[in-house]
Amino acid sequence: MICNLKHFGLGAAAAASLWAGSALAQEETIKVGVLHSLSGTMAISETTLKDAVLMMIDEQNKKGGVLGKKLEPVVVDPASDWPLFAEKARELVASDNVSVVFGCWTSVSRKSVLPVFEELNSILFYPVQYEGQESQRNVFYTGAAPNQQAIPAVDYLMNEEGVERWVLAGTDYVYPRTTNQILEAYLKMKGVAPEDIMINYTPFGHSDWQTIVSDIKAFGSAGKKTAVVSTINGDANVPFYKELANQGVSAEDIPVVAFSVGEEELAGLDTAPLVGHLAAWNYFMSVDTPENDEFIEKWHAFIKNDDRVTNDPMEATYIGFNMWVKAVEAAGTTETDAVLDNMIGVAVPNLTGGISSMGANHHITKPVLIGEIQDDGQIETVWETPGLVLGDEWSDYLPESKDLISDWRAPMSCGNFNVATGKCGGTAAN
Amino acid sequence: MRILLTLTVWFGLLLASAASAQSLEDLARQLPEGSFNDRAEVVAKIGATGDDRAVGLLNALGEGELRVREADGAVIQVKGRGSKAVGYDPLTGDELGPVGSGSTESIRVNNSLRRAVRAAIGLLTLSSPDAGKRLAAANTAFAAPDPEQIEALDTAIAKEGDAAVRTAMEQARAAAVLASDAPGAEKVAAIGIVARRGGTDALTVLNPYRGDADAPVAEAADKAIAGIERAQQLWNVGQNVWFGLSLGSVLLLAAVGLAITFGVMGVINMAHGELIMIGAYTTYVTQQVIRTSFPGLFDWSLLIAAPLAFLVAGAIGVAIERFIVRFLYGRALETLLATWGVSLILQQLVRTFFGPSNREVGNPSWMSGAFPLGGLSITWNRFYIVIFAVAIFVGLLLLLKRTLFGLQMRAVTQNRPMASEMGIRTARVDALTFGLGAGIAGLAGVALSQIDNVSPNLGQSYIIDSFLVVVFGGAGNLWGTFAAAFTLGVANKFMEPFVGAVLAKILILVFIILFIQKRPRGLFPTRGRAVEG
Repeated sequence: MICNLKHFGLGAAAAASLWAGSALAQEETIKVGVLHSLSGTMAISETTLKDAVLMMIDEQNKKGGVLGKKLEPVVVDPASDWPLFAEKARELVASDNVSVVFGCWTSVSRKSVLPVFEELNSILFYPVQYEGQESQRNVFYTGAAPNQQAIPAVDYLMNEEGVERWVLAGTDYVYPRTTNQILEAYLKMKGVAPEDIMINYTPFGHSDWQTIVSDIKAFGSAGKKTAVVSTINGDANVPFYKELANQGVSAEDIPVVAFSVGEEELAGLDTAPLVGHLAAWNYFMSVDTPENDEFIEKWHAFIKNDDRVTNDPMEATYIGFNMWVKAVEAAGTTETDAVLDNMIGVAVPNLTGGISSMGANHHITKPVLIGEIQDDGQIETVWETPGLVLGDEWSDYLPESKDLISDWRAPMSCGNFNVATGKCGGTAAN
Repeated sequence: MRILLTLTVWFGLLLASAASAQSLEDLARQLPEGSFNDRAEVVAKIGATGDDRAVGLLNALGEGELRVREADGAVIQVKGRGSKAVGYDPLTGDELGPVGSGSTESIRVNNSLRRAVRAAIGLLTLSSPDAGKRLAAANTAFAAPDPEQIEALDTAIAKEGDAAVRTAMEQARAAAVLASDAPGAEKVAAIGIVARRGGTDALTVLNPYRGDADAPVAEAADKAIAGIERAQQLWNVGQNVWFGLSLGSVLLLAAVGLAITFGVMGVINMAHGELIMIGAYTTYVTQQVIRTSFPGLFDWSLLIAAPLAFLVAGAIGVAIERFIVRFLYGRALETLLATWGVSLILQQLVRTFFGPSNREVGNPSWMSGAFPLGGLSITWNRFYIVIFAVAIFVGLLLLLKRTLFGLQMRAVTQNRPMASEMGIRTARVDALTFGLGAGIAGLAGVALSQIDNVSPNLGQSYIIDSFLVVVFGGAGNLWGTFAAAFTLGVANKFMEPFVGAVLAKILILVFIILFIQKRPRGLFPTRGRAVEG
């Protein structure tokens, strides 16, 4: 009986999807997959990106869609569960037949879906800052690589604030570990002595920062200007900054530059203890350009709440979406190989007043902004790179990746070409 | 039009540079313009005027309260936010009436500008009538030694009547002398003065002179630093003990409620963490009400929130016992699953009502900052949390040992049929006991809202630790929980500097697993027939 019921259920589902499929086929839409966690720990950050994609699709449809067809979003919820990301990605590409997917936040989730996109030959746009050391044929990375965030931030502290001693503090997982490895190599190359670098890792959601802050204080008492480079993840930041303030460490004495603290994380927090600390991104909500004003206005209208903030991954989603639209229009089809060929070299305006373009390594060019946190939860730019910086997928500062490059244009078409051996495949982990 | 504008700006600039001694009013008007570095120079000029009104102006700038009124470009000070914003004249302090939102633009401040503000205020307040302000000024001067301040410090020292402030000023002067190009002998004397201050501040000042070109100076610096570091090492042990006690008090707070529900009643309550979270959210709501309706009471918000949190979490606890746990006594696995379900429901409810992001719970002024105790710096919030945790523990002990309810509770948990025979309404006692454990979890939430994020996930980070503490201490024994919490806290903090926070946590876990293998009933096992039953 149970067996029968099951068959019945399956049959009904199949019939329903057939029906739905034929109904939609008449309307001729292009399906766009959205793969962001809407529940679980990452929901805080990722829900916003889902809304951003929906807003972009809405906007595009108002302009008449793409290739004369309307865009149709297909939203799934991978629930902050890494293996589920792969399953949901397969579902989007194989059963829903989406032409492109916008999604993922954590590096683990991205690594988990990579084989799926490769196997089914589809396209993923990844909008979050990450540790680099990867370049995949089917993925476009519109967030910052370390050279678009971490390295310029260190340069700023070194040149503008005269920092000579460095604390690299991070949460214990892949992004901080790789970033700090790159930063350590970079600092040593710049002539910083090993005893002037302190590296510290803490568990996820760490809340007892007493020892670490007092260590930082002691480390900062060597008479050299000290700064903290923080790759501390999301929630653990607030107790960290509170402890700094309580122990009397102010941004004027030991500034903290963070790579994971943006407007969204600051919203609704008591920002008084954070004022003056720094953040490095490629976009701030406070950037004063007509494009950004328009984007914020549209966002507020779409989300129906004037208090909502915009942040860097949203801008990366915006850039990625517009690039995809342009590439599809150039290709005249949404067929994967044709779009992939047309993506490289596509250039669209970003929200900071420049034009971002897609490089042959599937990373984009963006400006790097350093900002100071203000007491209204906004981040005010205090420094920016003079021009745009292209994301460098394989770090030049790590011995295992310094000889690697990636170029997805024919005839090379390789994500990890080793210039020393002249072979594709090199020593790459991926 | 454009040319005219350029000309005016040009003319203005010429005028500005022509007038070498500008009035404070003129300087204040220049604050919003130019790069951060230009404005830092303006701040230094304001400091140099020596005008009494400059301190208020600079303080307002440092606090980010200075704004430009868009209508006329005047610089005003704005206090309060949103509809309660009121403008003041930053120089005279006269009230200018309410300020509409959007009618002013803030004057941005960055770190280098803030440093300039701090230095300028320091210089201005060296001769303030308030001894506390003079001391702060001397400390600022000490932390940022500047040879140009020697003269100002000399005058201040000559006038100073307060011994403590005078010492601080002399130390600041010595630090400034070190930074100047004074002769070696004078510098060696200065090192002696700085060294007497001790602590990390003195190390910061002395460290650069370790390898000084002048041999006697380098030698004196080396000796002084070695001396300070020796003293520091002793204090470091004290520091670790304090950090350990502080971490232990957090563990105790989180676990003591569980010591009742799990330890005494034997119910595996997976929703314990969420009851802590409910307590934290009660604090948040209380603070919101106080902020909007009774802003004057803000410093009392935690004291008001504590009984409320106890009642709210306690009521939810009683409801959980009445509607779920009561039917599952003696069936550990089902209880575990059911209460875990409850924890998910509570989390989702909070997420629905308050949103998934963190909520802001402010620290009352008496819980911010730190106070020095010898070579230790003890933060007020941690200090009060330790006191709060111990107070709750003592209160709970008294309740169990000295009241009728406590007696009944112990009777019911030790021998239910007998207690029932004696006329105790066991079902009611069960509900109240569970409610008590839950209420205490709520109290813990009030304290934890001060040091952790108030988010729907708050409880999850404490549930494992709570069980560890109760199991390690020995279920059913409150003193066991007490000892276990502080042992684990101190052990963790002594390991952390050597092995890092991640490994310290792992080592503690491994240690507890091994310990439980050897002594399954924990540190202080409960003895008697009840255990076998």
